[in-house]
Amino acid sequence: MSTLEIKDLHVSIDTEQGKKPILKGVSLTINSGETHAIMGPNGSGKSTLASTIAGHPRYVVDSGSITLDGEDVLAMSVDKRARAGLFLAMQYPVEIPGVTVTNFLRTAKTAIDGEAPKLRTWTKDVKDAMAQLRIEPEFAARNVNEGFSGGEKKRHEILQLELFKPKFAILDETDSGLDVDALKVVSEGVIRANEDGTMGTLLITHYTRILRYIKPDFVHVFVDGNIAEQGGPELADRLEAEGYDRFLPATAQA
Amino acid sequence: MTNAELTKETSAASNVRRISGMDEEGEQLSEINPVASPLGGAAAKSHSHGAGAGIPDSSRAGRLTSYQVADFPAITGREEDWRFTPLKRLRGLDKVALDGAAPTVAVHKPDAVTIETVGRDDARIGSAGIPDDRVSAAAWGAVNEATVITVPAEFDGRSEEHVTTVTLTGAGNAPAASHIFVHAKANSDAVVVLDHRGSAVVSENVEILVEDGARLTVVSIQDWADGTTHASSQQMKIGRDAKLKHVVVNLGGDLVRINPSARFAGPGGDIEMYGLYFADAGQHFEQRIFVDHSVPNCKSRVTYKGALQGKDAHSVWVGDVLIRKEAEGTDTYEMNRNLILTQGARADSVPNLEIETGLIEGAGHASATGRFDDEQLFYLQARGIPEDVARRLVVRGFLNEIIQQIKVPALEERLRDAVERELKAGAL
Ligand SMILES: Nc1ncnc2c1ncn2[C@@H]1O[C@H](COP(=O)(O)OP(=O)(O)OP(=O)(O)O)[C@@H](O)[C@H]1O
Ligand SMILES: [Mg+2]
Repeated sequence: MSTLEIKDLHVSIDTEQGKKPILKGVSLTINSGETHAIMGPNGSGKSTLASTIAGHPRYVVDSGSITLDGEDVLAMSVDKRARAGLFLAMQYPVEIPGVTVTNFLRTAKTAIDGEAPKLRTWTKDVKDAMAQLRIEPEFAARNVNEGFSGGEKKRHEILQLELFKPKFAILDETDSGLDVDALKVVSEGVIRANEDGTMGTLLITHYTRILRYIKPDFVHVFVDGNIAEQGGPELADRLEAEGYDRFLPATAQA
Repeated sequence: MTNAELTKETSAASNVRRISGMDEEGEQLSEINPVASPLGGAAAKSHSHGAGAGIPDSSRAGRLTSYQVADFPAITGREEDWRFTPLKRLRGLDKVALDGAAPTVAVHKPDAVTIETVGRDDARIGSAGIPDDRVSAAAWGAVNEATVITVPAEFDGRSEEHVTTVTLTGAGNAPAASHIFVHAKANSDAVVVLDHRGSAVVSENVEILVEDGARLTVVSIQDWADGTTHASSQQMKIGRDAKLKHVVVNLGGDLVRINPSARFAGPGGDIEMYGLYFADAGQHFEQRIFVDHSVPNCKSRVTYKGALQGKDAHSVWVGDVLIRKEAEGTDTYEMNRNLILTQGARADSVPNLEIETGLIEGAGHASATGRFDDEQLFYLQARGIPEDVARRLVVRGFLNEIIQQIKVPALEERLRDAVERELKAGAL
């Protein structure tokens, strides 16, 4: 049983106009086996939270803490966080020229596990996982994300999720831009990754349709850099029906 | 900024009738410098002009060729051919008598391959090439002797122990001239490595003659010490149904400028040109490729890749491919990719495809320069990969596409090691 604990997190970024606060005191605790959904309007800071957990250098933590089983995550380098069991499926995965998917997956798996995977079982694991996610075999020889369509990039993220078996998965809009079939395939991948029920999941989304596959235990409404309301799965349905108006300042409602 | 935003991609489809990088006057120029020149025999050897007024040097068909340095005007740096080259760092190769000691020659070869030192009046000299710039012509005029490597007809030298390695060790910094002739006789199959080391200021002419039906791989490695200036005009003449693989590897030196030019002497010829360069702070690595399709049904593939790191690391790649009217059935594709690893490095990449006949198999080009940026690093690190491993992974993968084409295991290993060393030296 593991716990990822975020306490009173304040995060800003340096812009040309100066320092811009984005997260304004976020607190959130995720335990193994729990699925938390975060929903909120564009620009409210959801990706900022996800990237800060993963350690993106652009985001400056002004105060607050993130701990994994009591260990200070903020003190860890980006790669160390991943090796500690954190995984971020990115909203916009980047292209890596010159590095094939095969080479990348093996290198990452070796780094995460601290030893090279057994070649024969690994090759089979990769092949099977790709087949289940309906990723064509030829993608193995392509460069990471290079020329991938939006949906292909998302499937490649979930492929990694399945193969790396993290303790906590943060899925930043993995469902955005997926067609109906791809959404199902990707959701099933997330469910497989949590087969033994020990993965904690933080699922950032704008739509309830993915929540029909991946049932959240908790739903958090993210507004202007903070959690404005929390509830169970029913909160997601209400958000989809009503939108975020009631959370926004009156002036913005006009 | 994402990688995609920094990546420029151009390509031309096979049905493009004419794509000129520079001008629309190309057709008439083939008369000034006819198809057969410089490979059409004695006439071409004794006479080659074209430096009249008003001839743009932007079409490769109109480029002046001559064995006489005096035929070439002094280089100003404004010429298309020289606009990227830091002329000061030529250290006189374009101006002074090249009477310094040439790099010494040491050879490791199978018994059947012969090596000779011949006088400049040897009949073979000039049979595969003719200078097309002043620095090359200066060397042509200055050399007293040339090294001729001959692969006998029918020789089967495919296995690794049959590789011929010519080690050219720089003899110091007095401007010098050097001449190498690689001769693959009919239906032979061989690998010749030109391995440049040490310190030099040298203008070199390399002629590569591949007779009918021969298969030849020539690898020119520039692993010079710092401070070296090396200009090398490498001219290839490919016979009927012959196949040449030409590989340029630029690893060290202050200014290295390699001009590989391929010409076909009969139909069915095939040239594969590969290049790999790794430019560090302050280094200028320039490669200007020319493929002259003047014969029907020949094929060319040009694939150059470079990595750059450090302040004022500069690479230049110019790929001129000319498909003349006669060259029906031509199949050509050229590609250059650069990976910029740090701030302050610069890659210039200029593909030029001139097509004078519509009756071709295919013609295309691509050029892209990308940057290894923080977002890529973050992505790899977010998958548990430490920063240094991440950078090596990207560069190694990027350059390996070229290295694996060499197909000489010991050489491939040396180049992989060299890439590792470059990465370490760059303190990445
Ligand atoms: N590099 C940056 N420069 C300027 N502003 C930034 C930068 N990165 C993030 N921001 C700002 O921070 C705020 C939060 O952005 P974030 O990406 O976290 O939002 P989000 O909730 O994920 O939105 P979406 O639903 O559109 O994905 C936005 O106002 C955004 O413009
Ligand atoms: Mg977002």
